Amino acid sequence: MIPDLGKYAVDVLSAYLVALVLLFALVALSLRQSTKARTALKCAEKQENL
Amino acid sequence: MSLWEYANPVKFMALSGRILPFIAVLSASCLATGLIWGFFFTADDFKQGSTVKIIYLHVPAAMMAINAWIMMLIASIIWLVRRHHVSALAARAAAPIGVTMTLIALFTGAMWGKPMWGTYWAWDPRLSSFMILFIFYIGYIALWQAVEDDDTAADLTAIICIVGSVFALLSRYAVNLWNQGLHQGATLTVRETSPIDASYYYPLLFCIMGFILLFVSLVLLRTRMHIRVRRTKALVARRSL
Repeated sequence: MIPDLGKYAVDVLSAYLVALVLLFALVALSLRQSTKARTALKCAEKQENL
Repeated sequence: MSLWEYANPVKFMALSGRILPFIAVLSASCLATGLIWGFFFTADDFKQGSTVKIIYLHVPAAMMAINAWIMMLIASIIWLVRRHHVSALAARAAAPIGVTMTLIALFTGAMWGKPMWGTYWAWDPRLSSFMILFIFYIGYIALWQAVEDDDTAADLTAIICIVGSVFALLSRYAVNLWNQGLHQGATLTVRETSPIDASYYYPLLFCIMGFILLFVSLVLLRTRMHIRVRRTKALVARRSL
Protein backbone atom coordinates (compact mmCIF):
# COMPACT_ATOMS: atom_id res chain seq x y z
CA MET A 1 0.00 0.00 0.00
CA ILE A 2 1.39 3.39 -1.02
CA PRO A 3 1.82 5.77 1.94
CA ASP A 4 0.01 9.10 1.95
CA LEU A 5 2.43 11.44 0.17
CA GLY A 6 0.19 14.49 0.46
CA LYS A 7 0.53 17.36 -2.01
CA TYR A 8 3.99 16.18 -3.17
CA ALA A 9 2.78 12.75 -4.35
CA VAL A 10 3.40 13.48 -8.05
CA ASP A 11 6.95 14.73 -7.43
CA VAL A 12 7.91 11.81 -5.18
CA LEU A 13 6.29 9.10 -7.29
CA SER A 14 7.72 10.42 -10.57
CA ALA A 15 11.22 10.59 -8.98
CA TYR A 16 10.92 6.95 -7.88
CA LEU A 17 9.38 5.79 -11.15
CA VAL A 18 11.97 7.37 -13.44
CA ALA A 19 14.93 6.36 -11.21
CA LEU A 20 13.76 2.73 -10.95
CA VAL A 21 13.04 2.50 -14.69
CA LEU A 22 16.55 3.83 -15.45
CA LEU A 23 18.15 1.38 -13.02
CA PHE A 24 16.19 -1.59 -14.40
CA ALA A 25 17.00 -0.54 -17.97
CA LEU A 26 20.72 -0.33 -17.12
CA VAL A 27 20.72 -3.78 -15.52
CA ALA A 28 18.66 -5.32 -18.35
CA LEU A 29 20.87 -3.77 -21.05
CA SER A 30 24.06 -4.91 -19.30
CA LEU A 31 22.73 -8.48 -18.96
CA ARG A 32 21.62 -8.53 -22.59
CA GLN A 33 24.96 -7.24 -23.89
CA SER A 34 26.78 -9.70 -21.65
CA THR A 35 24.78 -12.69 -22.95
CA LYS A 36 25.31 -11.54 -26.53
CA ALA A 37 29.09 -11.23 -26.02
CA ARG A 38 29.29 -14.68 -24.40
CA THR A 39 27.36 -16.29 -27.28
CA ALA A 40 29.52 -14.54 -29.91
CA LEU A 41 32.73 -15.67 -28.19
CA LYS A 42 31.51 -19.27 -27.93
CA CYS A 43 30.67 -19.18 -31.63
CA ALA A 44 34.08 -17.75 -32.56
CA GLU A 45 35.90 -20.31 -30.39
CA LYS A 46 33.91 -23.14 -31.97
CA GLN A 47 34.89 -21.98 -35.45
CA GLU A 48 38.51 -21.62 -34.30
CA ASN A 49 38.53 -25.27 -33.17
CA LEU A 50 37.13 -26.58 -36.45
CA MET B 1 50.24 -12.46 -4.70
CA SER B 2 49.80 -8.95 -6.10
CA LEU B 3 46.80 -6.91 -7.23
CA TRP B 4 48.42 -6.58 -10.65
CA GLU B 5 47.86 -10.32 -11.25
CA TYR B 6 44.21 -9.46 -11.87
CA ALA B 7 45.24 -7.28 -14.80
CA ASN B 8 45.56 -10.64 -16.53
CA PRO B 9 42.17 -11.15 -18.26
CA VAL B 10 42.10 -14.90 -17.51
CA LYS B 11 42.62 -14.34 -13.77
CA PHE B 12 40.18 -11.42 -13.77
CA MET B 13 37.49 -13.54 -15.47
CA ALA B 14 37.99 -16.39 -13.00
CA LEU B 15 37.81 -14.20 -9.89
CA SER B 16 35.02 -11.90 -11.09
CA GLY B 17 32.94 -14.91 -12.19
CA ARG B 18 33.13 -16.29 -8.65
CA ILE B 19 32.33 -13.10 -6.71
CA LEU B 20 29.82 -11.45 -9.07
CA PRO B 21 26.70 -13.45 -8.01
CA PHE B 22 27.32 -12.73 -4.31
CA ILE B 23 27.80 -8.99 -4.87
CA ALA B 24 24.70 -8.83 -7.09
CA VAL B 25 22.51 -10.59 -4.49
CA LEU B 26 23.90 -8.41 -1.68
CA SER B 27 23.26 -5.29 -3.77
CA ALA B 28 19.65 -6.26 -4.51
CA SER B 29 19.06 -7.05 -0.81
CA CYS B 30 20.50 -3.72 0.39
CA LEU B 31 18.58 -1.75 -2.24
CA ALA B 32 15.29 -3.51 -1.51
CA THR B 33 15.73 -3.05 2.26
CA GLY B 34 16.74 0.61 2.01
CA LEU B 35 14.13 1.67 -0.53
CA ILE B 36 11.21 -0.22 1.07
CA TRP B 37 12.20 1.01 4.54
CA GLY B 38 12.70 4.57 3.34
CA PHE B 39 9.62 4.82 1.15
CA PHE B 40 7.05 2.94 3.25
CA PHE B 41 8.22 3.19 6.85
CA THR B 42 9.70 6.66 7.40
CA ALA B 43 7.69 9.69 8.50
CA ASP B 44 7.38 12.91 6.49
CA ASP B 45 9.84 15.67 7.38
CA PHE B 46 8.33 18.69 9.18
CA LYS B 47 9.65 21.06 6.46
CA GLN B 48 10.06 18.93 3.34
CA GLY B 49 6.97 16.78 3.78
CA SER B 50 7.05 13.55 1.77
CA THR B 51 9.75 14.88 -0.61
CA VAL B 52 12.30 13.78 1.99
CA LYS B 53 11.80 10.25 0.60
CA ILE B 54 13.61 11.36 -2.57
CA ILE B 55 16.96 11.38 -0.67
CA TYR B 56 17.05 7.56 -0.79
CA LEU B 57 17.59 7.78 -4.53
CA HIS B 58 19.13 11.22 -4.98
CA VAL B 59 21.99 11.05 -2.45
CA PRO B 60 23.33 7.57 -3.40
CA ALA B 61 22.95 8.29 -7.15
CA ALA B 62 24.81 11.62 -6.84
CA MET B 63 27.56 9.98 -4.79
CA MET B 64 27.99 7.20 -7.34
CA ALA B 65 27.90 9.63 -10.29
CA ILE B 66 31.02 11.30 -8.88
CA ASN B 67 32.67 8.13 -7.55
CA ALA B 68 32.20 6.33 -10.88
CA TRP B 69 34.17 9.09 -12.60
CA ILE B 70 36.90 8.89 -9.93
CA MET B 71 37.07 5.12 -10.49
CA MET B 72 37.31 5.72 -14.26
CA LEU B 73 40.09 8.26 -13.62
CA ILE B 74 42.12 5.76 -11.56
CA ALA B 75 41.59 2.99 -14.15
CA SER B 76 42.54 5.39 -16.98
CA ILE B 77 45.74 6.44 -15.23
CA ILE B 78 46.62 2.76 -14.70
CA TRP B 79 46.02 2.23 -18.44
CA LEU B 80 48.23 5.20 -19.40
CA VAL B 81 51.05 4.16 -17.07
CA ARG B 82 51.00 0.35 -17.13
CA ARG B 83 49.00 -0.43 -20.33
CA HIS B 84 46.80 -3.05 -18.66
CA HIS B 85 43.85 -3.67 -20.99
CA VAL B 86 41.54 -4.77 -18.16
CA SER B 87 41.85 -1.34 -16.52
CA ALA B 88 40.95 0.47 -19.78
CA LEU B 89 37.97 -1.86 -20.25
CA ALA B 90 36.89 -1.38 -16.62
CA ALA B 91 36.87 2.41 -17.17
CA ARG B 92 34.81 1.90 -20.33
CA ALA B 93 32.45 -0.43 -18.43
CA ALA B 94 31.84 2.15 -15.69
CA ALA B 95 30.81 5.00 -18.00
CA PRO B 96 27.21 3.92 -18.82
CA ILE B 97 26.64 3.23 -15.12
CA GLY B 98 28.00 6.66 -14.21
CA VAL B 99 25.87 8.44 -16.79
CA THR B 100 22.75 6.66 -15.51
CA MET B 101 23.58 7.66 -11.94
CA THR B 102 24.13 11.27 -13.05
CA LEU B 103 20.79 11.28 -14.87
CA ILE B 104 19.01 9.86 -11.80
CA ALA B 105 20.68 12.47 -9.57
CA LEU B 106 19.70 15.31 -11.92
CA PHE B 107 16.10 14.12 -12.33
CA THR B 108 15.40 13.29 -8.69
CA GLY B 109 17.08 16.57 -7.70
CA ALA B 110 14.76 18.47 -10.04
CA MET B 111 11.73 16.64 -8.63
CA TRP B 112 12.80 17.64 -5.11
CA GLY B 113 13.78 21.17 -6.19
CA LYS B 114 10.43 22.17 -7.66
CA PRO B 115 8.41 21.91 -4.42
CA MET B 116 11.29 22.97 -2.13
CA TRP B 117 13.10 25.70 -4.13
CA GLY B 118 10.23 26.61 -6.45
CA THR B 119 12.20 25.62 -9.55
CA TYR B 120 13.32 22.44 -11.29
CA TRP B 121 16.67 23.93 -12.24
CA ALA B 122 18.98 26.78 -11.30
CA TRP B 123 22.49 27.63 -12.53
CA ASP B 124 23.83 26.89 -9.09
CA PRO B 125 27.56 25.87 -8.84
CA ARG B 126 26.83 22.26 -7.84
CA LEU B 127 23.98 21.76 -10.32
CA SER B 128 25.98 23.33 -13.16
CA SER B 129 29.09 21.24 -12.47
CA PHE B 130 26.87 18.14 -12.37
CA MET B 131 25.39 19.04 -15.76
CA ILE B 132 28.91 19.47 -17.18
CA LEU B 133 29.88 16.09 -15.68
CA PHE B 134 26.87 14.56 -17.46
CA ILE B 135 28.07 16.04 -20.78
CA PHE B 136 31.56 14.66 -20.13
CA TYR B 137 30.06 11.19 -19.59
CA ILE B 138 28.22 11.45 -22.93
CA GLY B 139 31.42 12.62 -24.66
CA TYR B 140 33.43 9.81 -23.07
CA ILE B 141 30.96 7.12 -24.23
CA ALA B 142 30.68 8.66 -27.70
CA LEU B 143 34.48 8.69 -28.11
CA TRP B 144 34.74 4.99 -27.25
CA GLN B 145 32.09 4.29 -29.90
CA ALA B 146 33.66 6.57 -32.51
CA VAL B 147 37.26 5.31 -32.49
CA GLU B 148 37.73 1.92 -34.10
CA ASP B 149 41.09 0.98 -32.61
CA ASP B 150 40.53 0.07 -28.93
CA ASP B 151 43.99 1.15 -27.74
CA THR B 152 43.68 4.58 -29.38
CA ALA B 153 40.17 4.94 -27.93
CA ALA B 154 41.50 4.03 -24.49
CA ASP B 155 44.26 6.68 -24.80
CA LEU B 156 41.88 9.43 -25.95
CA THR B 157 39.17 8.64 -23.41
CA ALA B 158 41.80 8.58 -20.64
CA ILE B 159 42.60 12.21 -21.51
CA ILE B 160 38.88 13.12 -21.41
CA CYS B 161 38.68 11.37 -18.05
CA ILE B 162 41.56 13.40 -16.59
CA VAL B 163 40.04 16.69 -17.82
CA GLY B 164 36.52 15.72 -16.68
CA SER B 165 37.76 14.83 -13.20
CA VAL B 166 37.99 18.58 -12.52
CA PHE B 167 34.19 18.74 -12.85
CA ALA B 168 33.69 15.54 -10.86
CA LEU B 169 35.63 17.12 -7.98
CA LEU B 170 33.86 20.45 -8.49
CA SER B 171 30.51 18.65 -8.24
CA ARG B 172 31.53 17.39 -4.83
CA TYR B 173 33.12 20.55 -3.44
CA ALA B 174 31.21 23.29 -5.30
CA VAL B 175 29.06 24.08 -2.26
CA ASN B 176 32.15 24.56 -0.06
CA LEU B 177 34.18 26.45 -2.67
CA TRP B 178 31.57 29.02 -3.71
CA ASN B 179 29.36 29.02 -0.64
CA GLN B 180 26.45 30.28 -2.72
CA GLY B 181 23.58 28.90 -4.78
CA LEU B 182 20.54 26.89 -3.85
CA HIS B 183 22.09 23.50 -3.15
CA GLN B 184 22.72 22.74 0.52
CA GLY B 185 25.88 21.12 1.93
CA ALA B 186 26.59 17.39 2.18
CA THR B 187 23.81 15.23 3.67
CA LEU B 188 26.36 12.84 5.17
CA THR B 189 29.77 13.75 6.55
CA VAL B 190 32.59 11.58 7.84
CA ARG B 191 33.90 13.85 10.59
CA GLU B 192 30.76 15.20 12.23
CA THR B 193 27.76 13.44 13.65
CA SER B 194 25.00 12.91 11.09
CA PRO B 195 22.97 16.07 10.32
CA ILE B 196 19.87 13.93 9.65
CA ASP B 197 17.68 12.02 12.06
CA ALA B 198 18.44 8.31 12.68
CA SER B 199 15.04 7.29 11.23
CA TYR B 200 16.20 8.63 7.83
CA TYR B 201 19.89 7.87 8.30
CA TYR B 202 19.77 4.04 8.52
CA PRO B 203 17.60 3.39 5.43
CA LEU B 204 19.83 5.89 3.59
CA LEU B 205 22.93 3.88 4.59
CA PHE B 206 21.30 0.72 3.16
CA CYS B 207 20.54 2.57 -0.09
CA ILE B 208 24.10 3.91 -0.34
CA MET B 209 25.51 0.43 0.25
CA GLY B 210 23.07 -0.96 -2.34
CA PHE B 211 24.13 1.60 -4.95
CA ILE B 212 27.85 0.97 -4.27
CA LEU B 213 27.40 -2.81 -4.63
CA LEU B 214 25.21 -2.35 -7.71
CA PHE B 215 27.97 -0.24 -9.26
CA VAL B 216 30.64 -2.86 -8.44
CA SER B 217 28.55 -5.75 -9.80
CA LEU B 218 27.68 -3.88 -13.01
CA VAL B 219 31.32 -2.82 -13.55
CA LEU B 220 32.39 -6.46 -13.16
CA LEU B 221 29.62 -7.70 -15.47
CA ARG B 222 30.35 -5.09 -18.14
CA THR B 223 34.14 -5.49 -17.93
CA ARG B 224 33.67 -9.24 -18.46
CA MET B 225 31.48 -8.41 -21.46
CA HIS B 226 34.13 -6.09 -22.97
CA ILE B 227 36.88 -8.69 -22.41
CA ARG B 228 34.76 -11.25 -24.31
CA VAL B 229 34.07 -8.80 -27.15
CA ARG B 230 37.81 -8.06 -27.41
CA ARG B 231 38.67 -11.80 -27.46
CA THR B 232 36.01 -12.40 -30.13
CA LYS B 233 37.43 -9.58 -32.27
CA ALA B 234 40.94 -11.07 -31.93
CA LEU B 235 39.72 -14.55 -32.98
CA VAL B 236 37.81 -13.16 -35.97
CA ALA B 237 40.83 -11.06 -37.05
CA ARG B 238 43.15 -14.10 -36.75
CA ARG B 239 40.81 -16.22 -38.87
CA SER B 240 40.58 -13.60 -41.59
CA LEU B 241 44.39 -13.48 -41.99
